[in-house]
Amino acid sequence: MALDKDGIAKRIAQELRDGWYVNLGIGIPTLVANYIPEGIEVEFQSENGILGMGPFPFEGEEDADLINAGKQTITARKGAVFFDSALSFGMIRGQHVQLTVLGAMEVSQNGDIANWKIPGKMVKGMGGAMDLVASAENIIVAMMHSNKAGESKILKECTLPLTGVGCVKKVVTELAVLEIKEGKFHLLERAPGVSVEEIVSKTEGDLVVPDVVPEMKID
Amino acid sequence: MNKVVKNVEEALKGIEDGMTLMVGGFGLCGIPENSIARLVEMGTKNLTCISNNAGVDDFGLGLLLQGKQVKKMISSYVGENAEFERQMLSGELEVDLIPQGTLAERCRAGGAGIPAFFTPAGYGTEIAEGKEVRVFNGKPHILEEALTADFAIVKAWKGDTEGNLVFKATARNFNPMMAMAGKITIAEVEELVPAGELDPNFIHTPGIFVQRIFQGEKFEKRIEQRTTRKKG
Repeated sequence: MALDKDGIAKRIAQELRDGWYVNLGIGIPTLVANYIPEGIEVEFQSENGILGMGPFPFEGEEDADLINAGKQTITARKGAVFFDSALSFGMIRGQHVQLTVLGAMEVSQNGDIANWKIPGKMVKGMGGAMDLVASAENIIVAMMHSNKAGESKILKECTLPLTGVGCVKKVVTELAVLEIKEGKFHLLERAPGVSVEEIVSKTEGDLVVPDVVPEMKID
Repeated sequence: MNKVVKNVEEALKGIEDGMTLMVGGFGLCGIPENSIARLVEMGTKNLTCISNNAGVDDFGLGLLLQGKQVKKMISSYVGENAEFERQMLSGELEVDLIPQGTLAERCRAGGAGIPAFFTPAGYGTEIAEGKEVRVFNGKPHILEEALTADFAIVKAWKGDTEGNLVFKATARNFNPMMAMAGKITIAEVEELVPAGELDPNFIHTPGIFVQRIFQGEKFEKRIEQRTTRKKG
């Protein structure tokens, strides 16, 4: 069965490693913080100026001065630090953040990503996404395999305006874990009960399928 | 050097039609609420506003948009504002969208005497169109120019009579860089204290960047996305 949003977040959480600083985008990526594997320690950075982001506050304890990049009220963990936006993006562009997880409207087989603009519709802006994708060494995209019309978002070439070029290494969808290398998608894992045929049929980009495709292990 | 002005009216003197303003804050967090309210009263028009966001319909910079006081917005993300959308789609409002880290660095550079810099952000996208590209360490970068403003309006938690500022939590965001990049920088603070009360070791923005400081009359501090968890 295809994963739900939490399932995608759980699978991405398995990619976290002890000692990493991690930036989580808005939407599914935010959920990754709920599934940190036992025995490892990671720190979450939010680009509006906090390292050491904690869970949402208890009701009545919200602080208008303490938010994440999605403008949600948050808390600060012990050892957290606040800083300005220039220093924050210094951490990002300077590659001091080990992993960036973000959503996408489209991803292409050479690692391009589009997630900020649909021409002719309201343009909300790129926020920090262009800085993040241009600099991070390790970018995982959390997204649905197809759009609402059933069209694949895993493409040979992006059709929407790009956020960054050649930067995505891994994609986790409700159906599969895909790696991008040498200009192709490579099928690493499939969601429990999802067939290789279904993934192939919903992937527009070139997809390399090995003889054996293991199922994701999600509890 | 005493930077204290009596009130918001005095603080905003000299802001005229057609000027460029930097306005601190991220979303509604750390915005100079009292100064924005005063700008609405003043009715100053044709402003260019450099601010990460454009507020919401009835708060923050959204208030200036309601009064059609803004000619151009320079921001990274403007998605929370229906009036903004209407004015942008009808062509009344010019909008320049800039990657957030580039916006922060352009303000910092403007205040730090760096006229331009190369960044990887936006290479290969439409925001790189017409910009010089250079390869450093095998990676392409685009040239971005510094930003300055006639007035920068920032909001701090505490400030002293010398204009030294301390920010609270994530309300710091764009405020320190914008303070550096204003020809005249106005700081509105929650608490104004005598010189010597702030520990010099823990001041975020040195008073050299601030020309006018005042204590805001009231702060609503509206929360944009109230998100909580239940006590379990």
